[in-house]
Amino acid sequence: MNIIVCIKQVPDTETQIKIGQDGKSIIEDDIKWVMNPYDEYGVEEALRLKEKFGGEVTVVGLGPKRVTESLRTALAMGADKGILINDPALEGSDSLGTAKALAAAIKDLDFDLIFAGQRGVDDDSGLVGAALAEFLDIPQASVIVKVEVAEDGKSLKAHRPVEGQTLVIESSTPVLITAQKGLNEPRYASLPGIMKAKKKPLEEKTLADLGLDPSEFGEGARKLNIVELTPPPQREAGKIVEGETPEQKAGELAKLLHEEAKVL
Amino acid sequence: MAQGVFIIAEQRGGEIRKVSYEIVSEARRLADSLGQKVTAVLIGSNIKDKAATLGHYGADKVLVADDPRLETYTTDAYVSVIAELVKANDPAIALLGASSQGKDLASRLSARLGVGMAQDCTQFSIEDGNLTATRPIYAGKAYTRVTYTNSSPQMATARPNVMAKNEPDESKTAQIIDATFSLDDGALKTKVADVMKDETEKVDLTEADKIVSGGRGMKGPEGYGILEELADIIGASVGASRSAVDAGWRPHSDQVGQTGKVVSPNLYLACGISGAIQHLAGMSTAKVIVAINKDPDAPIFQKADYGVVDDLFKIVPALTEEFKKVL
Ligand SMILES: Cc1cc2nc3c(=O)[nH]c(=O)nc-3n(C[C@H](O)[C@H](O)[C@H](O)COP(=O)(O)OP(=O)(O)OC[C@H]3O[C@@H](n4cnc5c(N)ncnc54)[C@H](O)[C@@H]3O)c2cc1C
Ligand SMILES: Nc1ncnc2c1ncn2[C@@H]1O[C@H](COP(=O)(O)O)[C@@H](O)[C@H]1O
Repeated sequence: MNIIVCIKQVPDTETQIKIGQDGKSIIEDDIKWVMNPYDEYGVEEALRLKEKFGGEVTVVGLGPKRVTESLRTALAMGADKGILINDPALEGSDSLGTAKALAAAIKDLDFDLIFAGQRGVDDDSGLVGAALAEFLDIPQASVIVKVEVAEDGKSLKAHRPVEGQTLVIESSTPVLITAQKGLNEPRYASLPGIMKAKKKPLEEKTLADLGLDPSEFGEGARKLNIVELTPPPQREAGKIVEGETPEQKAGELAKLLHEEAKVL
Repeated sequence: MAQGVFIIAEQRGGEIRKVSYEIVSEARRLADSLGQKVTAVLIGSNIKDKAATLGHYGADKVLVADDPRLETYTTDAYVSVIAELVKANDPAIALLGASSQGKDLASRLSARLGVGMAQDCTQFSIEDGNLTATRPIYAGKAYTRVTYTNSSPQMATARPNVMAKNEPDESKTAQIIDATFSLDDGALKTKVADVMKDETEKVDLTEADKIVSGGRGMKGPEGYGILEELADIIGASVGASRSAVDAGWRPHSDQVGQTGKVVSPNLYLACGISGAIQHLAGMSTAKVIVAINKDPDAPIFQKADYGVVDDLFKIVPALTEEFKKVL
């Protein structure tokens, strides 16, 4: 069973977001870049399936050189090889552009399953997985917390929690799955794993290598344009509810919620 | 030229979901400022009798796509049918609710149509005849405003609980039309093999009007009993911090935050939660935030509209008693 895992590099969730001079981008100076947390679940699940069914795990990332680091992390966890799609013309691409380039890099590989994250914790879009599945003309099962692959590897069941219920989606392979928290507990890269990762193949590809036309990518080809980034509406610290006893405080809070905030 | 606002209504088991009324209402406002019409698409099996209510909320037209194979949502079938209806009707704007189903459908549909899609928006406006959408990113640490190029329709999903819902007006009626479409069985590669109902009857956190949330301060799984009681009295759903989830006290589906659910209730009551940046990110769009924490320096108090500095095991039961009196 050959598995592809898409890896997006995102700012660490601790990051305080600061908006740049242009009002459209974030200041990247002090950012620590990490693998999107949802992609860690994808890597882990792929490794477990490989342990069971054999085959290879290939990780694919698109972005600048720094993305190599996140791909190496996945290799250190146990993935077999990596592909970095890196081309200056890709900078500023939107989800459709990103998915188109990923599809071009993946389409000629031999795969049964693809994992992506259910959303990037940066732009919170959750679009690339679906678009990639569309461009490869394969089905998708999104926001998945459990995957049960049939013994013959030809089909699977994926558990998808939605509001108030969990759907069990049955699909033939190849299929693209987007990973949600709960799928598994990702392993840490071991020291020997890290050493081994240094020697694993990590190929870098440009748009030309993929036979793609640079004018169809990047800022100029966006279908969704960023007009402006703004800080969230400021929330000020509010009232501290006073009272001598817990009962008094509770009484006062109930009154405030009822009469002042009018939410109850 | 593309004209009109499309909304894709969501039904489950034949019942139209609340978020659909929110987006019809929003679509009505956008269509009015464009001087155009609202068309709702209702898709499912045996659902035609539900179409009329969409008119009461502001749809001019309801296109009903009815087929036994559409009874339960699958990405394959719904995307195929809706893509065909969009192409035939050529709307300028297409809106969906940012529910689990809406997000799944919209993301694949936008790729099939090759148009821009803004996910989980909290505000829309029409500028120079085009849609501008506002959406939180980094789970609410920043907001972005986006516009579209070469996108017909301009697509977006709207976060549940955010767009104001119109008062239904029964004197307003929509023209109800049976949609014609083709559905190729060969294109259907997935099916829903089973549906497991959640044990809790509570509204999902993403759609909840009120949330009572507990963190490491709850001390253990038993601690949540007092939160459940409070939640029952005020009609809230129960959430948790990641620490509580990772400790195994609560299920993953309860986690609020940057790597959990991003929520927008009217009331968010945080008990024994310190207010880490990842947690705050997930609930900062709540209308009213209340924090109960024994540490006066807990960062959560910086964001809370009302704070109580005390032991939650004393405050929460007392609060439940207070609400029993007034509710
Ligand atoms: C990649 C990554 C992603 C993350 N994503 C999320 C996320 O999505 N959501 C999330 O929540 N966290 C997330 N976190 C974790 C986050 O950084 C914090 O560790 C977590 O939110 C802390 O949870 P807490 O507030 O419950 O616990 P603590 O920080 O330990 O706070 C417990 C609070 O309870 C108070 N308390 C204790 N006893 C009582 C009592 N008897 N009465 C009143 N108050 C009491 C204490 O004063 C304290 O403030 C993430 C972390 C990482 C690294
Ligand atoms: N630049 C990228 N390179 C590789 N995978 C990506 C990239 N962008 C998005 N993805 C994948 O798509 C998922 C969802 O991202 P997004 O649609 O941007 O929210 C991520 O978790 C990745 O698995």
